[in-house]
Amino acid sequence: MSETMTLVAPRATRRQAGSSPVARRAGRIALYAALIIAAAALLTPFFWMVMSSLKEANSVFSVPVRWLPEVFVWENYVDIWQRSDILTWIRNTLVLSVTVTALQVLTGSFAAYGFSRVRFPGRNGLFLLYVATIAVPWQSYMIPQFIMLTNAGLANTLWSIIFLQTFSAFGVFLMKQFYETIPEELSEAGRLDGLSEYGIWWRIMVPLSVPAIASLSLLTFVNTWNDYLGPLIYLRDPSLWTLQLGLQNFVTSLYDVDYGVLFAGLVISVLPIAIIFLLGQRFFVEGIATSGMKG
Amino acid sequence: MTSTPSAAPARPRARASRLRRRNTLIGWSFILPNFAGFALLTLVPVVVLFYMSLTDWNIFGTSNFIGLENFQRLFGDGSFRLSLVNTIYYTAMHVPLTIIVSLGLALLLNNRLRGVAFFRTAAFFPYITSIVAIALVWNLLFSPDFGPINEGLRFLGISEPPGWLTSPAWAMPAVVIISTWRDMGYYMVLFLAGLQTVPRELHEAARVDGANALQRFVNVTLPCLRPTMFFVTVMLTINSLKVFDLILVLTEGGPGQSTTVLSQFIYRKGFEENSFGYASAASVVLFALCLVVTIIQYVWNKKRTV
Repeated sequence: MSETMTLVAPRATRRQAGSSPVARRAGRIALYAALIIAAAALLTPFFWMVMSSLKEANSVFSVPVRWLPEVFVWENYVDIWQRSDILTWIRNTLVLSVTVTALQVLTGSFAAYGFSRVRFPGRNGLFLLYVATIAVPWQSYMIPQFIMLTNAGLANTLWSIIFLQTFSAFGVFLMKQFYETIPEELSEAGRLDGLSEYGIWWRIMVPLSVPAIASLSLLTFVNTWNDYLGPLIYLRDPSLWTLQLGLQNFVTSLYDVDYGVLFAGLVISVLPIAIIFLLGQRFFVEGIATSGMKG
Repeated sequence: MTSTPSAAPARPRARASRLRRRNTLIGWSFILPNFAGFALLTLVPVVVLFYMSLTDWNIFGTSNFIGLENFQRLFGDGSFRLSLVNTIYYTAMHVPLTIIVSLGLALLLNNRLRGVAFFRTAAFFPYITSIVAIALVWNLLFSPDFGPINEGLRFLGISEPPGWLTSPAWAMPAVVIISTWRDMGYYMVLFLAGLQTVPRELHEAARVDGANALQRFVNVTLPCLRPTMFFVTVMLTINSLKVFDLILVLTEGGPGQSTTVLSQFIYRKGFEENSFGYASAASVVLFALCLVVTIIQYVWNKKRTV
């Protein structure tokens, strides 16, 4: 019986029961058509963004719609540096993203070790508290948080955003999920070799959790880079503005916005994230999938 | 694997308690750097929030305890009710639409097709793109007179296409379309991970029994996806209830108040009008709404699994 099953099964997977080769081919063509339409819907706005960044100011809005620029205005990518403070914005955004990512990964993986490898009373309750706050929207406690940070004299400094973004429950959660998959025997072996718990964390867990660290770093970096609300509330001084804040203000502050130049700025702001994502795509998707597996 | 490296201790109980104290100390030393920040920036503000909602806290910091007065005022406040209705309207459209689209994409990608890897990358791009870029590009795409979307609709014979983000009736649907476009890649990845857990044998068995593709989807795939579906629904609902930055950059809550949502009401009262107490009361409502939704979905899911 099992032998006939193995003989029949592979064929059944290759050819659906009762469908002719023609119907099957039509089905595949329909699938590909759906794939192409979906890809077009996903990517058209990006195409539009890049093309608009190469248009003249007054041909961004045109009737009938022009998908390609008449003349490619590469100067837009030069002008944006002169007509805005984009260099300051990039510097601020970079400082914030790098600092937050480093601190988040460091404190997050450190805490995750405590949660997954050291047994002490109250540990599980504490972890539950962490996880529960993932469901609490930041918008609901942004006001008391703002008042506290203002009283501490941190409003209108880059520190406010660093504090805001660094201590997320998500980082601890993601790292702990990964640590649970590392066999306990390895830390036990380290203990026998005379390593302290800190030594085990640094010498054994950190090197083994490089994929999880990569996931967390990428997600945190992108989040901080793209954050709009935090900087909007805390960073009033234009010299502290991030890319997102600066570009948004570039639109609203000028009466006669050169949309070609603006879109060049947008492309510049999106490009680093796109490159980082393409390079680390695997870690990105894995990080999100693991965070979703055990919600 | 010997359990204790040292020789048998003289007083095992004293040693055990000393070990436990040591472990507690070590455990806390690991957790504390993160926990200190977490407690100060998340736990304390949440507790303070509840207190603030019962006061008339304002810009001068002087606050009097006024009991539930803020909440009474809230429910008589027309613009609060409107923002609540708008939030629910957005959630009711965005959650089902995103589930359908992202599950559909995941099913599509679960086939062995060429270009799937490329597509998965492409689907993720909107999710990692900043809100500001998304808002500016879509504002152009949806532009009533100059935008390619309306030009396409005119081409299809619709002589008076909607004003989208400039029309009170169409602004919210446009926002939903944009946020679905942004979110679908993320939820698609979650569904794809869930689809990997559906056993092939079950599909084969159903096929042998003569079930067609739709029957197999309803009776095999969907039940196996329940944990993923639960997680996705909870996340999507919470994310929809707290929606803010996308709408803020796209429409600033307009035209009129047609896209003003709960979070923006909080923002406006708190940061623009400096009535922190009143804004906190609205925050408590948002907090409670997310909590209730999570509990309902949790209980419902438990009941279905048992």
